[in-house]
Formats: sequence, C-alpha cells, structure tokens
Amino acid sequence: MSAAHDDHHHGPAKGLSRWFYTTNHKDIGSLYLWFSFAMFLLGGTFAMVIRAELFQPGLQLVEPSFFNQMTTMHGLIMVFGAVMPAFVGLANWLIPMMIGAPDMALPRLNNWSFWLLPFAFLMLTSTLFMDAGAPNFGWTFYAPLSTTYAPETVTFFIFAVHIMGASSIMGSINIIATILNMRAPGMTLMKMPLFVWTWLITAYLLIAVMPVLAGVVTMMLFDVHFGTSFFSAAGGGDPILFQHVFWFFGHPEVYIMILPGFGIVSAIIPTFARKRLFGYDSMVYATASIAFLSFIVWAHHMFTVGMPIAGELFFMYATMLIAVPTGVKVFNWVATMFRGSMTFETPMLFAIAFVVLFTMGGFTGLMLAITPADFQYHDTYFVVAHFHYVLVPGSIFSIMAAAYYWLPKWTGHMYDERLGKLHFWMSFIGVNVLFFPQHFLGLAGMPRRVPDYALQFADFNWISSIGGFLFGASQLILLVVVIKCIKGGKKATAQVWEGAQGLEWTLESPAPYHTFTTPPDPKLIHDQ
Amino acid sequence: MLSKAKLWLGLVVAALMTLSTNLQAAWELNMTQGVTQISRDTYDLHMQILWWCVAIGVVVFGAMLWSIINHRKSKGAVAATFHESTKIEIMWTVIPFIILILMAIPATRVLTEAYDSTESDLDIQVTGYQWRWEYRYMRGDASEEEVLFYSNLSTPSDQIDNSLPKGEHYLLEVDKPMVIPVNKKVRFLITSNDVLHAWWVPAFAVKKDAVPGFINEAWAIAEEPGIYRGQCAELCGIQHGFMPIVVHAVPQEEYDAWYAEQQQAAVAAREGANSVVTMSAALQQGEEIYSRTCIACHQTGGTGLPPAFPALAGSAVANGDVEANISLLVNGVPGTAMAAFGRQLSPVELSAIITYIRNSFGNNTGDLVQPADVTTILQEAQ
Repeated sequence: MSAAHDDHHHGPAKGLSRWFYTTNHKDIGSLYLWFSFAMFLLGGTFAMVIRAELFQPGLQLVEPSFFNQMTTMHGLIMVFGAVMPAFVGLANWLIPMMIGAPDMALPRLNNWSFWLLPFAFLMLTSTLFMDAGAPNFGWTFYAPLSTTYAPETVTFFIFAVHIMGASSIMGSINIIATILNMRAPGMTLMKMPLFVWTWLITAYLLIAVMPVLAGVVTMMLFDVHFGTSFFSAAGGGDPILFQHVFWFFGHPEVYIMILPGFGIVSAIIPTFARKRLFGYDSMVYATASIAFLSFIVWAHHMFTVGMPIAGELFFMYATMLIAVPTGVKVFNWVATMFRGSMTFETPMLFAIAFVVLFTMGGFTGLMLAITPADFQYHDTYFVVAHFHYVLVPGSIFSIMAAAYYWLPKWTGHMYDERLGKLHFWMSFIGVNVLFFPQHFLGLAGMPRRVPDYALQFADFNWISSIGGFLFGASQLILLVVVIKCIKGGKKATAQVWEGAQGLEWTLESPAPYHTFTTPPDPKLIHDQ
Repeated sequence: MLSKAKLWLGLVVAALMTLSTNLQAAWELNMTQGVTQISRDTYDLHMQILWWCVAIGVVVFGAMLWSIINHRKSKGAVAATFHESTKIEIMWTVIPFIILILMAIPATRVLTEAYDSTESDLDIQVTGYQWRWEYRYMRGDASEEEVLFYSNLSTPSDQIDNSLPKGEHYLLEVDKPMVIPVNKKVRFLITSNDVLHAWWVPAFAVKKDAVPGFINEAWAIAEEPGIYRGQCAELCGIQHGFMPIVVHAVPQEEYDAWYAEQQQAAVAAREGANSVVTMSAALQQGEEIYSRTCIACHQTGGTGLPPAFPALAGSAVANGDVEANISLLVNGVPGTAMAAFGRQLSPVELSAIITYIRNSFGNNTGDLVQPADVTTILQEAQ
C-alpha cells in the first residue's frame, strides 16, 4: 500500500499484505476462487471417505458417528464453502468488466466479506478435532437431532453459519449496488450479459433468505443454551417448524447455487456456436420466474412430514410449475446451438455437459415433485442422485466452464487445451459412473445417510465409489491446468475466443489491474 | 487390437463376478410395485412421469446431438443469425404446461386415496426410538391385555464388523417383526420418542416421518401374505442405518393366533416380575439382551464410544450403588441417547441386563439383581 501513495499509476501492493488489504475486485475475486477450490478439495476429501466406506457392505474404515460427521461436513463445505464462494469470486472478477465499471461499488465491504469466510470455515472444521466431534446431524440439521440431541460443537456450527451468512449478505449488497449504480453509459438493463442478470437476481435471493437461515440457527442457539422450546414438542414447540423455516431458506438457496451457472452457460454457448443467444428476453424473464417460484415450493422437501393434503397439493403443483421456465432455458440453449458453427474447446464441453446433465437432474426433480411418488423417493439415494446431478455436473461444471473460459483473460495465457480436455472427459465419465447408479440404489430402496447397507445394494455402491474416486482424482488436473496457465503458456489475445462478445473481451489479456477508469465507448456495447 | 479388447472385456466381467456379492437381487433397477393398490398406483405414476421425461429427453437431446454433429465449424457450418421467435417460444412454454397438467391429474387422484386413512380394521401405534421401533396394537377396550413390543435389529455385530460372513437379510432383519393380517386396512399411527425418524415400507408405498409430540397417519391393505422389509428413512443419529422395519403379512387366522400368543406372553412377563432368578440364568439372558439392545452404543466389551456413549467397563455407575444403576436404566438420561428402558424392557429383562453389566467387562461387583428390585424402582418412577 505504501507504494501506492507515491505512484500515481499504482498496481498491487507487494507480498502477503496485498491479499489482506486489497480492495481490488480482481484480487478479491482470485481470493474467493482459490478459497472455493481449497474447500472443494476438502469437501471432496470428505466425500472420498464416504465413498470408501460405502465401497462394500459392512463397516470397514470409519465408525457410524464419524460417517455422519463426514456427510454433514461434506454438505456444508460444498454448499457454503465451494459453490457459493466460487460464484461470488466469478462475480467479483467479471461483473465490473462486463458492465464497464472500474471496480465493485463497495470495495472495503468486499474485502471484509471475503476475509470473514476463512475464519468461519476454520471454526467449522476445527470441530473435527474436538472431543465431541464435528456436527453429525446432516447439512439440513433437522431439530431436535441438531438441538436437544446435538454434540456440544453445535454452537461452533451456529456461529460459523452466522458469519457465512453475514459474508453472503454483504457480498450480495455489493453486487446489487455495483450492477444498479456502476453500469457504463449505454449499458441498459436489457443489454447486460446474462451472467450479470442472473447474479442480480441471485443477490436478491440471498438477501431475502440468508437472514432466514440466521433466524433458524439463532432459534437453535436459544433451544440449546437458553431453555427455549422452538423445536421441542416437550416444551410446546414443533420440530416441523424447523423444517419450514429451514427450507424457506433452503429452496431459494438451491437456485442461488444454479442461477449464476445459467448465466455462465448463456455466455459460453453463443461464443462457441458463433451465434447470438436465442431468446435473451425470455432468459431474463425465466430467471426471474424461477426466482419467484423458489419462494413458494419449499415444502416439497417435506412431503412425508404429515402435512394436510391441501398443503401437499399446493406444493406439488407449484413445484411442477418450475419445469416451465427451466424448460424454456434449456430449449433456448439448444436453439442457440442449432444451426450454429460450433467448436468444442474445454469451456464448451463443460457447458454442453452442463445442459445435458443438469436437465437430467431437472427430470428427476420433476419426478420428485409428484407427491405420491415422492413418498417412495424421499430420503433415498434417488434424491442423492438428483441433487448431485444438478449440483455437480450442474453448478460445479458451470464454474469449471467459467474458469476455462475466462482463464486466458485473467492470466494472459492460454491454458493447456489437451489437459483441459482430459480433465473434462475424466470428470464427465467419473461423475456419471458416480451418480447414475445412485438412481437405481434409491429406487431399489437404499436410504441416504447410512454408513452400511443391505447386500442387494452392494454392486451399484462399488460402481458408484469407483466413479467417485475417478471424479475426485480428476480434479487435481484442474489444479495443474490453472497453475500452468498462471505461470506461462501461449500469449492470449484480447479477444481470446473467436466468437466471444462483451466488454471484458475489449480489454487486453491479462486484464489490467484497474479497468474502465473511464467509461468504455458506448459503441462497444452490443445488443443481446 | 481385438485380442486386447477381449482381454479388457474379460477383466471387467471377472471383476464384476468377484465383486458381485449377491447376483440374484443385485441389479435391481426400479421401484417395487409392492403389494397394495396404492403402491401399484404409485409405481404407475413413477413410470408415467419417467416415460414423459424420457420422451422429452429424446427430443431435446436429439436436437442437440443433431446440431453438434451437423453444425460444427470443422464441417464448414456457417452460423445462422436468428435469435428469437415468439411463436416457437410460446409453443415451448405451452406444451410443457399441458404435459404437467396431464401428470398432475393422476397424481392428485392417487394422493387423495393415499390420504384417506378412515375406517381402518386395525390400528397400530408405531413409535420411533433411538434406535428401535415400538409397535403398540390398539385395543378394542381397556380390559383387554395390551400387545406392545420393541423391534430391534437382529443382525449380529460380528457381521457388521466383517468378522463373520453376512446373512441373506443383512441389516434388514429384526428380533420381533410387526405382524398384520392380509386384506385388512391397517392404520399406522406414527410418532417418535426422541428425534425424527421415518417409517418406510417400500412394498406398501408408506413412508411417514415419526415426529416427537405429533402423530402422523398412514395405512396399508397388504394383498399378499409375505415378509416386507424397510428401513428408517430419516437421519436419527449414529445408528440410523441400523433400525430396520420388518412386517409379516399373514392370513387372518394366523394373525389371530399370533395375537393371542402375544397377549399370553404379556401376562407371563408381568407375572415374571415376582420370580426369583439365578446368577447363571441372569447372566445368560443379560448377555443376550445386551447384544440386542445395548451393544450399538456401549459396544462389544462395554468400551462405549466416549464422549457420546460412555464405557461400561469400569464405569462408576456399573460398579457403584445398585439402586442408582437400576434407576438410570429405568429412567434413562434425558437429553442423551440413553433411553428410559423401564418402558422398553420387562423387570425380568432389566434385572438380567443389570446383573450382566455389573459382572462383565471386568466389572466384578458380584451383585445379583432380582426382578422385584427393579419393580420397586419402576413403581417409584411412576
């Protein structure tokens, strides 16, 4: 920082302090992305423990209590530590460059919202080393297992969730403020790239539901420590109340984890099809509809809790409705590819896999919406397969597609296309071998969150585990690709991709530390 | 080339054969059709929505694949310039909507039927415990002897820790199954004593959460005699994977005979409270109950899993005051997994188990607890 005072055209500070004190959207974006990748590997390690234990029937490697800690920590870390921060990292890097802004609207808040995260997750993972063990009640932490019957470390969990929530809310405020106030002249709302649109809507979702999550963990805190009975029937409370409040947060949360992915794919497919995105307006309206519907479907996670039939029917119909705007999006992507002039670089491969596999997760989602059928699917591996299809080859593939797509812009070098393709194909095969058999396991009757299972589930479990190990190992390739790309490689042009459109591609590669200190030429802003 | 491919194929097949532990039932792909009208209707719904998805998938992925094959730059494809079409966009909003309505109609019908739990022939209260099920058969009147029992996992821990080969119904077998008559409407009143559980029998398409303080209803008319197996479906703590459900559906006469037998057994258990037991009988019975009821938490050899599950070997309770020991078993420890076994086990069983733990795992008190000692404390507890 000291160098900044006497240098008018200042660059980043040197050394570690650059990363602690930085208010630069690109630095903070990189911090978020590296943090997310570290959490992805940590959460992935927990998943490997789970798949190793489930490789064969019987208990081999871990005790059931540790197994439950693994499923819980895997879920929490992947949702709050890997997927969400990755999207915030991408937002930081890309939104200012896409809308022609010099930086985020609230740079110091930006620094703070990132630096809260490592402490939140340090606190959460430190519980693994405590006597009582880490949280073991599932990432959905249903009461009273997470209150009256919880390990003592539940308090650390509650505090960590509060901090993550504060970080998310501040990040969202920053994104909304940036998008609404910092657009370059000429960048009207309906000319914004879809990634910016989807993030704008996501940020509103976050602001709406993170306080609800904070509320529900605070109620838990009071039940655990201060003698209230929000979720304890013995004291006049209701354990089902917990689920209503949790899923009022939880359902929008799953859209928070996918909407920015929609935006990414909507940028990548037109680039490599060399054709404008089909139905831009309907994409924006579909995203908004999905966001609205996400608030009125929460109890489809609770079809078996014993709701009255009117409630069951309402939530079934509302949930089925989501298929309409989601379908519109998928049709638009396919129509964009139709009669394009396609090439298949790594980002495009990930984007195409996203469309296909996310849609498969959407199909099983539609099946799960059918309430009577859900009575059979609920809490089985069918559900595990469903949400992993939308989250892994869905959200995570979109994040990887984004990393490959914008990596040349970030580093100034082309990544190793051969390694990238290897990473893609191993991930693609791995993820399907991992999750596809889980549909069969669930239909055949295997409950989720069990450390051991009956013999008829043995075969699909070992297949799934092998897929898991393959998928897990493949992710190290991504690490190699990224490091190689930062260190060197073929010089990237400003345009990078032949068919790419948008303000970020008018900047040289790597993008300068400060961009658009003066607004870009309005002529560069094209119709969507 | 060919021989190499054959070699790989051979290797894969060999791997499949060795790893396949139960070839017969191993490759189950689909939902069970079950043995009730509702379970068959549910299966039909499942297949119907599945085929819709397959059909939509074929069209969408087909169009995509066709574009990927034909519209690639390497083949000289030149990109078209169209980027919207109101007509087509309305079409692909309306058609899915119509399909959804077509699906919603049968789903609503089946749900309405599944929710009609009125006019049952037999009511059974199902209560979830960490980690066993309690089945209480509702009586016609209070003078009748009540049939109430607990249903525990009966798979030996040696099979779970892989020191013995696993049996056919590994993890799906219990010491005492629920018995119901066929072709009768049986209503299940489902609740819980501690955390959430879920009572699930796939063959009946019944899955309902067991919620402490609330009673949920579900029902089934089993149309074929048989043994139907299920599991707890809601994460309920450490032994969640180890609380199976087994239901025997039997003809009415067989059910009546079984029911009468249970009533007699209940009378005998009550009278047993006045009996005097010997040390060797108590130790033998105690060991049996320990391996069924206590071992999941307190482990083989009484080592426990501290801090959640204390060790019994050398514990202050098992080596201290007898009455305090009895009281702890009878009343449980609120807020922990230690249930109040006064409700779950008979005085004879309680006395045997206490005698056993006070004289095993290196504990050496020499105490022989009699059923009458337990009865005294049970009465105090009430």
